[in-house]
Amino acid sequence: MELSDLYRQVILDHNKSPRNFGRLVPADAEADGYNPLCGDRLELRFDGSGCAISVASASLMSEAVAGHTRAEIESLSQQVIQMLTQTSFTPKRDLGKLMALAGVHEFPARVKCASLCWHTLLAALAQAHATVSTE
Amino acid sequence: MSLPATTARHEYLDGAGRLRAERVRADFPILARQINGRPLTYLDSGASAQQPTQVLEAVSYYATHQHANVHRGVHTLSQLATSAFEGARESVRAYINARSTREIIFVRGTTEAINLVAASYGRGAVGPGDEVLISQLEHHANIVPWQLLCAERGARLIALPLTSEGQVDPEEFRRHLNARTRMVALAHVSNVLGTVLPVQELIGIAHQHGVPVLLDGAQAIAHEAIDVQALGCDFYAFSGHKMYAPTGIGVLYGREALLRAMPPWQTGGDMILTVSIAGSTWNELPYKFEAGTPNISGAIGMAAAFDYIRAVGRAAIAAHEHELAAHANELLQRIPGLKLIGTAPGKAAVISFTLAGVHPHDIGTILDHEGVAIRTGHHCAMPLMDYLGLPATARASFACYNTHADVEALERALQRVREVFG
Repeated sequence: MELSDLYRQVILDHNKSPRNFGRLVPADAEADGYNPLCGDRLELRFDGSGCAISVASASLMSEAVAGHTRAEIESLSQQVIQMLTQTSFTPKRDLGKLMALAGVHEFPARVKCASLCWHTLLAALAQAHATVSTE
Repeated sequence: MSLPATTARHEYLDGAGRLRAERVRADFPILARQINGRPLTYLDSGASAQQPTQVLEAVSYYATHQHANVHRGVHTLSQLATSAFEGARESVRAYINARSTREIIFVRGTTEAINLVAASYGRGAVGPGDEVLISQLEHHANIVPWQLLCAERGARLIALPLTSEGQVDPEEFRRHLNARTRMVALAHVSNVLGTVLPVQELIGIAHQHGVPVLLDGAQAIAHEAIDVQALGCDFYAFSGHKMYAPTGIGVLYGREALLRAMPPWQTGGDMILTVSIAGSTWNELPYKFEAGTPNISGAIGMAAAFDYIRAVGRAAIAAHEHELAAHANELLQRIPGLKLIGTAPGKAAVISFTLAGVHPHDIGTILDHEGVAIRTGHHCAMPLMDYLGLPATARASFACYNTHADVEALERALQRVREVFG
């Protein structure tokens, strides 16, 4: 377990200069994510404060989901969450820069930091879906 | 199990009466282990302190020689267990100078103690339109029970603002007391800022208004001299695991007159005198508040921990911890972008800080990699974090077994954080 597995250059870069940062008004879907353990708050798309891992994860996410359909985003989110939580994980497809988050698995206390934004994204999509289905 | 004080003086203190921290450290087996391939630097005693061999052996001796249920059997083991358990109660009474063991109630910890007071005393004393006064720096354990009580009773929970140093100002406190104030609940020592509140003065002011005071002593019990009669507090709550004893044991001290008038909280075995289907009568104090089989071995461990603190010397421990905190304050100033949070004069050996551009969680992970254990996050004090405008802080807290080498390890590890994050 090396520190550099967690704090890869991509992560440090996205922490320092988060992409797609700031509120989107109006937004098609919104959800709040909150990790009571570390006091991080993230809001999609995406705003807030957090540790390097949660900020970088959200920043990488904002790049990765751009231009994709809801079904693709849901599948991608599940892939990333599996990568963060499962011991032997083989991605179904190339996760590209998101592979920078692979080392987080070695640091159990930090898995939630990385997965927060993905869970929040899934919640936002579920809410948006619920809204659509009731119309 | 207790160490004779005369020989212990020679053992734990040097000729000048200063703590021999390396000798103390040798009593704590866990401190010899490595973390991530590096020697453990344990600076999270504010969250939970480690246990010395003396405590571990007391608990083990009880389990291997004396265990049975208490207050029940006529057989030998039950009598031995009862005698050890009640001996522990007397040991607690003596340490905090309560008048009687009837005032010492064993609970799971500080949280349960405060819940007990809010539910039992609070429901009787607080009504619609009344106020419960706390401060802005409280731990959630000293906020949420009062919040629920106030919601249930239609009362208001008021939080005292702090000075810029993170202290409670007695004049501000006086201004917040009024004819509707029914209860004051304050930390003795802040778990985030290390502030030692002027509790004696605050209690005096509250009592002028006829308002009882509960002190949350979780962060004070292992460090401050606690004399509940001198303090004059009405309730005092603390946990064993903050004072070198096991988890799952704590104490509520309450003034006997108040406890006597309070209704039972949890009910069941041991807290009753008689039970019939038509109704029940309650056992005498303190048993009225101890339903079910208590944490017997925890209480015995707690008594052993008090013996340990006494043997090493509480004042010498406190002096040592303050020396370490002063050293840490000095070294930490050298870290670029480091800001100390909480600067009240005379504060306890608890150092909260932030590092510009680095979230406390990242500090915690990198320090852990270097073998240094600290606490990071909101420290169960989210209203204080909001008040300070911070999402979280990093916190190093010191105990009797810490050394100047630990302080240096902390500084080195923080320099490493700066290297990683630039």
